[in-house]
Amino acid sequence: MAEAFKFELVSPERLLVSEQVESVVIPGAEGEMTVMAQHAPVMTTIKPGVVTVKAASGKEDRYVVFGGFADILPSGCTLLAESAVHVNDIDRADLARRIQDAKEDAADAKDDVARSRAEQFLAQLTTLEGALLPA
Amino acid sequence: MASLKDLRNRIASVKATQKITKAMQMVAAAKLRRAQEAAEAARPYSERMGAVLANITQAIGGGGDAPALMTGTGRDDVHLLIVCTAERGLCGGFNSQIARLARDHIRRLVADGKQVKIICVGKKGYDILRRDYASLILERVDLREVKTLGFVNADAIARKVIHLFNEGGFDICTLFYSQFKSVISQIPTAQQIIPAAQASAATEGGNSGGAVYEYEPEPGEILSDLIPRNIAVQIFRALLENAAGEMGAKMSAMDNATRNAGDMINRLSITYNRQRQAQITKELIEIISGAEAL
Repeated sequence: MAEAFKFELVSPERLLVSEQVESVVIPGAEGEMTVMAQHAPVMTTIKPGVVTVKAASGKEDRYVVFGGFADILPSGCTLLAESAVHVNDIDRADLARRIQDAKEDAADAKDDVARSRAEQFLAQLTTLEGALLPA
Repeated sequence: MASLKDLRNRIASVKATQKITKAMQMVAAAKLRRAQEAAEAARPYSERMGAVLANITQAIGGGGDAPALMTGTGRDDVHLLIVCTAERGLCGGFNSQIARLARDHIRRLVADGKQVKIICVGKKGYDILRRDYASLILERVDLREVKTLGFVNADAIARKVIHLFNEGGFDICTLFYSQFKSVISQIPTAQQIIPAAQASAATEGGNSGGAVYEYEPEPGEILSDLIPRNIAVQIFRALLENAAGEMGAKMSAMDNATRNAGDMINRLSITYNRQRQAQITKELIEIISGAEAL
């Protein structure tokens, strides 16, 4: 069995997870990464996606996060999510609203940089929706 | 002198008022608990955010690529004040304390020849500041419809502020709110959020143990994402503290009111009883002296 480390998932409203885990899969801005104990210190931004937490007890949990940061140290990992919910509690209407917002943002974008960023965000959200909600 | 009927009416009306204040006190107590829980639940996030921010500022080491939100514009001519107050009154000196702090600050800035802009969050602060500084108020954020304060509310305000900053609307931004110390004590506080106070960088440091982080993407890019979020977090925390403080203030104000109403009822009842007794005595004397005259 792999070594356990401390993982915390925090959203501005509350602390969602704080436990010893074996591994965590984080949707980093530059690709997914699996974090295990004794990981080199990394700080990364997160794109909208699914965080998979494998607890030390062997239980696996999945959370949907919408952007944020991960602060990874050899001793533990803290994920600051802008908004996070358990996969079972995800609300279709909420997701649809976020996508709608993102579409509007992309349409309203003033310059190319903002537009490409908004479009990228939209694409990430759509992928997420596709992954979560099998039509 | 008031007649017996008048007194009876008075007592009845004070009793009705007492019932209302008592109900309000209980409602405030219940809401306070919820507000306190919300404030507590939000604390880990802002703490971690502070730590992460401190680490990353250290890593960048005040290099040239720190975003303007952090370093400021290098001037301090135009000040933006975000004044957070409650939406409702009947909470003692809560709102006026915050407004007074803001007003003193404004007066000082104006005396120094600075330009001042105000964003009011909450109706009460707006009402108070409008009297003296109506021309300075840019905008008023209304949270009356909001049942439970969410991060989205704070984020919306933060977005406005950052947008304004990017347009060069102001140089320094200060947040006014009431720090929730305990149910009976709330401390009006002014906190500078743009440029980010340097203090946050100094407090931490031992946390990372001098570990060399890898950044993904570049530190500058993370920072430019992190700082706006930090501002939203600061505003969110201020709003939550305010909500808890408001309920605390309201609870003690209503407790006082209930007690005052009780005192008043006692006083009025004594007057009422005395007067009733006096009247009975008077009637008896009249009957007796009438009987004696026969």
